Amino acid sequence: MSKIYLVAIETVDGKIRKSSIEALCACKHLAIDNYIVAAVLGPTTDAGALAQYGASEVYQAAALESFSGDLFATVMADLNEKIHPGFIAGAATIFGRELMGRLGAKLGRCPATDCTEIHADGDMVKLIRPVYSGKARAIVAFQGEKPHLFTLRPNVFPASAPDSTLACEVRQIMDAPARRNASTKVVEKVKSGSGALDVTEAQVVVSGGRAMKGPENFEILRKLVAAIPNAALGASRAAVDAGWIDHHHQVGQTGKVVSPQLYIACGISGSIQHLAGMSSSKVIVAINKDPDAPIFKFATYGIVGDLFQYIPKITEEMKKMFS
Amino acid sequence: MPVFSSRSTKDSGVRKIVNNHACNGSFIVSAGVGNQGGIMNIVVCLKQVFSTEAKIRLAPVGKSVIEDQVEWIVNPYDEFAIEEALKIREAKGGGSITAITIGPDRCATILRSAMALGVDKALHLKDPLFESLDALGTAHVLAAAIKKLSADIILFGKQGVGMDQGMVQAMVAEILDLPLANIVTKVTIDGNTARCLREVDDGAEVVDCALPVVISTQKGLNEPRMANLKGIMAAKKKPIDVWTTEDLGLDAAFLGSPTLVHEKYELPPPRTAGKILQGTPEEAARELVALLRNDARVI
Repeated sequence: MSKIYLVAIETVDGKIRKSSIEALCACKHLAIDNYIVAAVLGPTTDAGALAQYGASEVYQAAALESFSGDLFATVMADLNEKIHPGFIAGAATIFGRELMGRLGAKLGRCPATDCTEIHADGDMVKLIRPVYSGKARAIVAFQGEKPHLFTLRPNVFPASAPDSTLACEVRQIMDAPARRNASTKVVEKVKSGSGALDVTEAQVVVSGGRAMKGPENFEILRKLVAAIPNAALGASRAAVDAGWIDHHHQVGQTGKVVSPQLYIACGISGSIQHLAGMSSSKVIVAINKDPDAPIFKFATYGIVGDLFQYIPKITEEMKKMFS
Repeated sequence: MPVFSSRSTKDSGVRKIVNNHACNGSFIVSAGVGNQGGIMNIVVCLKQVFSTEAKIRLAPVGKSVIEDQVEWIVNPYDEFAIEEALKIREAKGGGSITAITIGPDRCATILRSAMALGVDKALHLKDPLFESLDALGTAHVLAAAIKKLSADIILFGKQGVGMDQGMVQAMVAEILDLPLANIVTKVTIDGNTARCLREVDDGAEVVDCALPVVISTQKGLNEPRMANLKGIMAAKKKPIDVWTTEDLGLDAAFLGSPTLVHEKYELPPPRTAGKILQGTPEEAARELVALLRNDARVI
């Protein structure tokens, strides 16, 4: 039982969410004999492909068309009864947090959420989660009986390459729970602009700050984003509060916490709140006119100068690189 | 936006959480709550947190985070929850707002701040047992209090900055068997339904929830007002009720055995200043892209 990991798998537009595959792979990578049971929560024809990432059993509740935390948690609680896993895992997405919170309340276990490291420790796992928006990190421990619940931060754990020789049967959960008073009913879905990649999922984040001077100037950053694969547009609180760009781009303590491979800060001074949201990026590039801007104390590479002169040139170089 | 109605809130048919616990505390639950034209009961759950500018210092061997000389504030996301409670009450032309928090004596200041903004009542959940709760224990304490208050709308900030778990609202919703509109940037209460715009990982969704409902608030929902002097003076005179484990009818043994413990804290490895690139924009751009590809290998 300690080796059994039940992993919640989210779907989006009929596809399996990448961060769910990352969570599944992280559980499989912990120990070679870990037995992975995937619970696919939603309609997709790709459920069987989870075997290629290490799932030994796959269940699917295809009737869960849109997210309602109570119904998703009920399906997971039923599977818990059936499978008796040692651990229940998922991605620390918005839905993942609500699902795991509700499931934890059902099972009487407090989940460890948004973990960025996981290590095998005998029959247990050791998890590390950032706290104070990344200004510190905490080593967490579970107490009491299994199962223990945790979610893993998207974009931190690498997914393994699929092994196309592996396959498994998908068992359909036919008796999906019916809508109740505690259910949320989705009336309308609003996609973020043109299916653009979210900052939390991107490998490269290009962010603009106060020195962008106005909403129209974000166009040069969008061009740079377009020139780099897997890149997304971010912003500092100053730019968001000025109304230049929507809040869902905001990186920092009251925005999103990101950990991309590359973070390019354009005209961002680097307040402690902004650093909290991006300081775990692998490489930080800062472009700022002010040589004393705090961001330069953290940047891997810095350019002291006018971003309006430098960004178009960097965009050209990136285009050459990726053409 | 057609899916959002501009009609004002109505009372009829509002389902209330049934009050199962005897009320031992001094807090007076509003009379007349129920289905027939009772006043709308709004509960706002607040958390006192470190100022976002706070530097994190650790006790020896990282056993805890040092709290001395730290400036404490209302959790920034909770400010949107307070403001939304005030706006719902205004739109409805009535209703009662109760702010509640869990924690030691110092937390009373955030209840005073909420009352200065116009919140009607304050409830401090205070007990030595509450000092070492995990998120699930916190949710059970809040849920017990919310149940006693017969709330119609329960508001939270989307997460407490600090522990950043963002799970308590989901746990409270589950314990009370209520819907949750999580991380919302728009709320309309129409009769028995809360229509909310919730953030999701790749956009947003309009969701309908039956009342009573739990709602967690995100930046963009509203512009929190500032307290005025009159409000601040009035808040000083208002009572703050205190409830303990016993008042809430909770099991002390259960609350005293958390299932998740933050065992040890570490500071992240310090980042150091790197290389400043020189030359014309063309030269610097060329060097930067080459470094990112060949040295750092991130593109």
